[in-house]
Amino acid sequence: MARIDISKVTKFYGKTQVVHGVDFTIEDGEFVVILGPSGCGKSTLLRMIAGLEEISGGTISIAGEVVNDKEPRARGCAMVFQNYALYPHMSVAENIGYGLKVAGVPSAERLMRVRAVAKTVGLEEFLDRRPGQLSGGQRQRVAMARAMIKEPKVFLFDEPLSNLDAKLRVQMRIEIRKLHQRLKATSVFVTHDQVEAMTLADRLVIMNKGIIEQIGAPKDVYDRPASVFVAGFIGAPGLNLLPATVSSDSHSLTLADGQRLIIEPTRYPSLNPGPVTLGLRAEALNIRQGGAFVPQGGLKATFDFAEELGVGQHIHAEVAGSPLVIHVDGRHPFAFGAGLNIDVSPRDMQLFDSVTGLRITETDVPTSVSAAA
Amino acid sequence: MVERTPILNILTHLILIMGLIMLLVPLWIVFVASTHDFRTVNTVPMPLWPGNQMVANYTLAWQQSGFGPKMLNSFIVAIGVTAGKIAIAAISAYSIVYFNYRFRSLFFWLIFVTLMLPLEVRIVPTYAVAANVLRPYQELLDATGISTILGALAGIKITLPEWSMLNSYTGLILPLIATATGTFLYRQFYLTVPDELAEAAKMDGAGPLRFFWDVLLPLSKTNMAALGTIMFVYSWNQYLWPLLIITDIANYGTAVMQLQRIVPGPLFGEPPRWHIAMAGTLMVMTPPLLVVIFMQRWFVRGLVSTDK
Amino acid sequence: MTGKRVTFSNTWLAALLIAPQLLLVFTFFYWPAGEALYWSFTLEPPFGGENQWVGWQNFKTVFEDPLYWNSVRISVIFALSSTALAMGIALILATFVDRQLPGYQAYRFMYFWPYAVAAPAVGLAFRFIFAPDAGFVSALNQWYPGIWNPARDGFDAVVLITLANAWSMVAYNFIFFLAGLQSIPRSLNEAAAMDGSGVLRRMADIQFPLLAPTFFFLVVINLTDSFVNSFGIVDITTAGGPARATDLMVYKIYSDGFKGKDYSLAAAQSLVLMLLVISLTFIQFRYVERRVHYT
Repeated sequence: MARIDISKVTKFYGKTQVVHGVDFTIEDGEFVVILGPSGCGKSTLLRMIAGLEEISGGTISIAGEVVNDKEPRARGCAMVFQNYALYPHMSVAENIGYGLKVAGVPSAERLMRVRAVAKTVGLEEFLDRRPGQLSGGQRQRVAMARAMIKEPKVFLFDEPLSNLDAKLRVQMRIEIRKLHQRLKATSVFVTHDQVEAMTLADRLVIMNKGIIEQIGAPKDVYDRPASVFVAGFIGAPGLNLLPATVSSDSHSLTLADGQRLIIEPTRYPSLNPGPVTLGLRAEALNIRQGGAFVPQGGLKATFDFAEELGVGQHIHAEVAGSPLVIHVDGRHPFAFGAGLNIDVSPRDMQLFDSVTGLRITETDVPTSVSAAA
Repeated sequence: MVERTPILNILTHLILIMGLIMLLVPLWIVFVASTHDFRTVNTVPMPLWPGNQMVANYTLAWQQSGFGPKMLNSFIVAIGVTAGKIAIAAISAYSIVYFNYRFRSLFFWLIFVTLMLPLEVRIVPTYAVAANVLRPYQELLDATGISTILGALAGIKITLPEWSMLNSYTGLILPLIATATGTFLYRQFYLTVPDELAEAAKMDGAGPLRFFWDVLLPLSKTNMAALGTIMFVYSWNQYLWPLLIITDIANYGTAVMQLQRIVPGPLFGEPPRWHIAMAGTLMVMTPPLLVVIFMQRWFVRGLVSTDK
Repeated sequence: MTGKRVTFSNTWLAALLIAPQLLLVFTFFYWPAGEALYWSFTLEPPFGGENQWVGWQNFKTVFEDPLYWNSVRISVIFALSSTALAMGIALILATFVDRQLPGYQAYRFMYFWPYAVAAPAVGLAFRFIFAPDAGFVSALNQWYPGIWNPARDGFDAVVLITLANAWSMVAYNFIFFLAGLQSIPRSLNEAAAMDGSGVLRRMADIQFPLLAPTFFFLVVINLTDSFVNSFGIVDITTAGGPARATDLMVYKIYSDGFKGKDYSLAAAQSLVLMLLVISLTFIQFRYVERRVHYT
């Protein structure tokens, strides 16, 4: 059983703190994706699990055993690196088998195991080649095979797909997911690509500036982001964010240009009058064609341009001085500067504290998903 | 690029051919002179085409100077110095780049600054050290008072044995092995090796020595060839140092040292046997010349990337 | 100094790996350099015993000796002229080889050769080629008797060792100039050609200015080399003569120290040479820093 417990982990480089007390548990067999912008501490965290970085404070346990002072080789982890880190002077077979060679596995057995692993990733024909003679996707597979052959308790992935072109990335994503379904090994995957994260993860850990912003299943994180940061980071496009003011009776919001929207005050027990940030998903908005504008149940916006997606369009508009993106299924030949009437349902309105950026929780939604630091 | 410059092209070739003449004619004259007999070589002007005395001249030059053992000595020294320089550069740079300890920058600079202390400017005291290698340590022990303290405590007077490197291969090789250039070159190379390679090796369970031996050394083959080529040329061509520390020429003389003894002319009151002298010169210069010709690619890379 | 993200923590191993080089450097570089410093301020009493502190006396002796200034003067002339000669020839050859006309690889290949030739071998070869009574240049003496004799005429002797030294340094300079030229982006040359600039014009306007860093670097290297590494050539070609006309600083240190057995005087001269090398190297370091901006 390889459960990973991360408890109050911190990391300092000299006086700079890059990880600020991170706490979470990865269950045995779970596929966890750590997502965040570059410099958020996600790779550092992964490398602390691997044993490539000293842990400055707190503990990391793998399978119930504290590993803080253990060397990488004693932790039972295998890692796939961003640039693959294949040994350029060794053949594919030697690359895959190097860990076994160091461990003193006899060469006959080594060869057998290398062949077996190479077969599962489709590399049998390339065993004698050097990494320099392989394509990006093939190198990626060698890196995977090198990790797999050790039959590790834990797989660690450090942005392994970021050097591949878009099409190959999608394909490798599927292969990694399949692999996980078959091996059921605990996996930690670090990426800055939210699509990759959403599609791969059993559970997402979103980090920013060395703290965890939110932990949860991809759908929960998407539906109920715990903070403005997560809201902007998850989804393509991210949540539309508009500054607004809650009226003194907490029954409505006023935007910067004076437009008003009705809210359901009973949903927000902790809502106070004053400034908030209003979040709206592009998919939750609807452009009303014809018919009358419903004051206080909708927004008036100005059309900028439409972005073609193939399956529909992203309508880019402006409301109260802020950009607003609306997802539509059909095609809309609006002219630049045209006025748009947009329906907004009170149920789709998400509110965030304008100072802390944290979500103002609703009564009708389970709150367990948010676990802000 | 489409560019028609026929006159300039001819001029270019003319200049380049003149360059070739300038750089290679001295070598040609040495060769031509080494193939004529005593009388022909001393005619003025001398012929520009080889004669037929080549075998005789070379045999004589070889035997007279005892080039057999001298060439062998030169090879031993050149290979010893080259191998030593590569080994010591590879491990010192490894220590400096891949280990984290407080004095590593200081150590790097201590090694690097020796560039400013070529043999020629410290020649007399270096000779004195070679005559008794452990003397610096003896004086250190005395000066720091360690030997006095030990003498008082244990009643033993510490006297390091005298170890002279004069007239020995050790003396020809060891003082030349320290290498700022090589250490710098290897350090530069290590810095270009991706960090992930060391991490991957760590994940594969390899320790520092294993990583060095299995990954870094094989990867540095190009580097090694480059460094090896320039260092072979450098050590084969050593002249002043062997001249100083070798007095037992019969046993430890090197080929280049021998050049001093084959200078003909009034200096030694002999007839100017230039044909023999030139045959000897050519033999002495051939091994490094061959190395440069065969290793050209590495040699150029080594030179240019070290910035000396 | 940039280090690695991943480091090993075994300090004993690290120490073990660097110890051999540090020992060598201490024993054969720093200790002797220190000793040179000590000797240059002390004198060995004529009847043995500890060296005695004499302050600047050795330096005074050296600086008051006209023979020393003779040696400095010759060294400077020798270094400047062989540097100019070697670099000038190398620059011309490299620029024209860089045109990459058919056959340029052959030139490039053979221009390297002189680098491999040991200084004393160069000396001996040039001694023969430029001998007054044999070899190649002696033909001059047939037409104009007595015009060339490096064994008698000091000026001729200086010319001889300068030529020999320049010849042996051309290859090194050539390699660096060529590498410098090849690192100039092709597109710059092409852009200049599009601007209507011809071959020679491009050399002057594009290539030479961009070679400036290489040029400065080589000036320092060549000067240092001429001051320090000229022993082999002088010893074989002229042995400092005639009448000390080619008594370079290095050669004088050697003869005072080993033939004259005056360690203190030799040490004081070594120290002066050391300072010269150190200041040249400092100039080079400053330049190396600057070069970052060029490229």
